[in-house]
Parts: sequence; structure tokens; C-alpha cells
Amino acid sequence: MTDVLATLGRLATLRFGSRAAALGPHDDLFESLGIDSLQALDLLTDLEEEFGIEIPDYEVQGVQTLAGLAEVIGRRR
Amino acid sequence: MEYGGEALSWRHEAEVLEVELHREPLNEIGTTTLRELELLVTEVEVHPPRAMLLWSSRPGFCAGADLRELHASLVTRAARSGETLAAAASRLPPWAAAVVRRIGAGSTRRELAAFIDRIHATFDAIDAAPFPTIAAVHGVVFGGGLELALICDLVVADRTARFCFPELRLGLVPGFGGIPRLERDLGNGVIRDLLLSGRSIGAPRAHAVGLVSQVVPRGEAREAARRLARQVTRVPSGALATAKRFAKPIPRARLAEEKRLFVELVSRPETIEALDRFVKDEGVRPYLAAEGG
Repeated sequence: MTDVLATLGRLATLRFGSRAAALGPHDDLFESLGIDSLQALDLLTDLEEEFGIEIPDYEVQGVQTLAGLAEVIGRRR
Repeated sequence: MEYGGEALSWRHEAEVLEVELHREPLNEIGTTTLRELELLVTEVEVHPPRAMLLWSSRPGFCAGADLRELHASLVTRAARSGETLAAAASRLPPWAAAVVRRIGAGSTRRELAAFIDRIHATFDAIDAAPFPTIAAVHGVVFGGGLELALICDLVVADRTARFCFPELRLGLVPGFGGIPRLERDLGNGVIRDLLLSGRSIGAPRAHAVGLVSQVVPRGEAREAARRLARQVTRVPSGALATAKRFAKPIPRARLAEEKRLFVELVSRPETIEALDRFVKDEGVRPYLAAEGG
């Protein structure tokens, strides 16, 4: 889980810059980074590519945090 | 000839006609795009290229039908027309009022059917063009945008591309020929997955199931499609047109059935309510499945 969170932090920083580096696992991604739905889809694509899994959109419905994303990834691996 | 419109621009690059989609925000297909696609069909009939490449300079390929325009131009007008008819009907004896209401409902359906007929005629013309067509896609390839890509013979996707049929969330089936065209290429299980779940799939999965022919790195789809276009122009054009007709028939009966279903569903009150909700939604996540929706 810690590894997944670290990878998520790295991906978020790559995509959203230094603001993402300061994110805690339970911070709201949408509020903290101001990301829109297109950027969220891009992040979903990054996650699928990085972890070699498919993540259907409905699996991330309501997920707002890195910890939430890590949990979804854990279920799909 | 070159053309620069509100939604599309095109120019002939050697033997390849390059068509750029550039309508803000994400190339939503409404009457403007349709009118310019109709001009494109005329252009390729008059000046047939050896190949055509469709690409987008917006942050995604195409987000689908312009639902706000559909709502404004069709649903709202239909409602106004219905109110007028209801007012007229209230002054008539019951048997005559029923006739007036039936005529009103029929009129709305005819308008919708006419719009869908124009879309289908245009998409069919490009689908059946006697030269190879290539879509270079990235980002959102949703709904009508996916249907637009599917009229092309080959789809080159960069790794950011995501494909989706979200129509059922609004109580609709895809209306621009998506399912019948997809049936030519994909197994029914994959189609049901896309249609019923409304989920998006990424480029690698789309490649694995046969929806796209090549996956290339981010930002490389157009250049890869250009190289592919140059390759296909080396094939004798007569043989290519024959091979294309043989390998990619237009599924006319299924397309006609889809049009009928779409018009039937879009006229339902629950669909109009769903369109109302979509139009009024000011949320920041329109391209993600809504919670509980």
C-alpha cells in the first residue's frame, strides 16, 4: 500500500506539478489541485499504464483521494 | 481546395486530405459540425483525395453529440410546440384535441428523425468513401466522437485516448451509427460491455479488442497517421476501393433499426428529463460517470 501511494504521488506530481507533491493520502484531489474531469481521465490512463491494470470509471466513482485510489488499485491487481 | 470553418478545416497535403476538428470545447457534434461535414462530403466527391486523415487540435478527439444544442433546438422547441398545441387542443372537442396532440408528437419525432437522417447520410458517405480514411485520436473519444472515428477505416490512437459509449446514462442508444459499425469489427460481448456499462476503455484495451489499429506515444497520433496515409496511397486506388467495399460493407438494415430506436428513446419523457439534468449540471466532471448515475 505504501509503495502504491508513493507511486500515485509520483504520477500526480508528474501530471499536476509541485502542488501535488505536498498532497497527503487523504487530501481531496479535486479540491486541492482543482483538476477537471479531462485531467481525471488522463490520470486514470496514467494509473492503468503504470500498474498494468484496467480501472473501469465506475470503480473510481466518488474516489477523491490518493488513499482511495490506492484502495481501488489494490482491488484490481 | 482548402476550407476553414467554425468546426472543421481541411487542406490537401499532397494526395492526402487532412481534416482538422477544432470546435470548442471538445468538437461536440451539432448542426454546425454536421453542416461542415456535409460540405466535406461534397468536397471529396468533387475532389476525391487518395486518402483522408481526420484529427483534432482540441484537447481530445471528440466528446460526442452536442447535447446542449440537441436539448435547446429539439427538446425545448418541442416543449414550446407542445404547449402551443395543448393550448389549441384545449379549445377543441376531445376527439379533435387527440388528433392535434398526435400530430404534435409526430412533428417532433419527424424533426429528430430528419436530424439523425442527415447525420447518418453524412457518416455513411464518409464510411463508404472509395478512398482510405484514417482517424488520429487522442484524449476523449466519447459517444458521437467514437461513432465519428468508427466511420474511418483505420484508427490510430495515442496512449491518452479513451473510448466510451455513455449514451445509456441519458436513456439513449448511440444514434450516429456506432453499434452497427462496431459490430463489423468487435465481438458482441465487447460491444455489450461498452454499451451497458458506459465505461471508458483506454487505448491499449481498445487495441487489444480490435477497435484501433495502432497505439502510439502521447502526441504522436497525427504523425503516425500521416505515415500510414502515405503508405495506403501507394496501393492502386481501384483495387483499394474494391477491397474496401468488400471488407467494410455499410450495415444499412442495422443502421435503420438504430435510427428508429434512437428517435423512439429520445422522445421519451425520462430521456428529456435526463437531458435537462445534463444541461443544467454545472459540475466539473462531465466526462466521468456520475455517482449513482
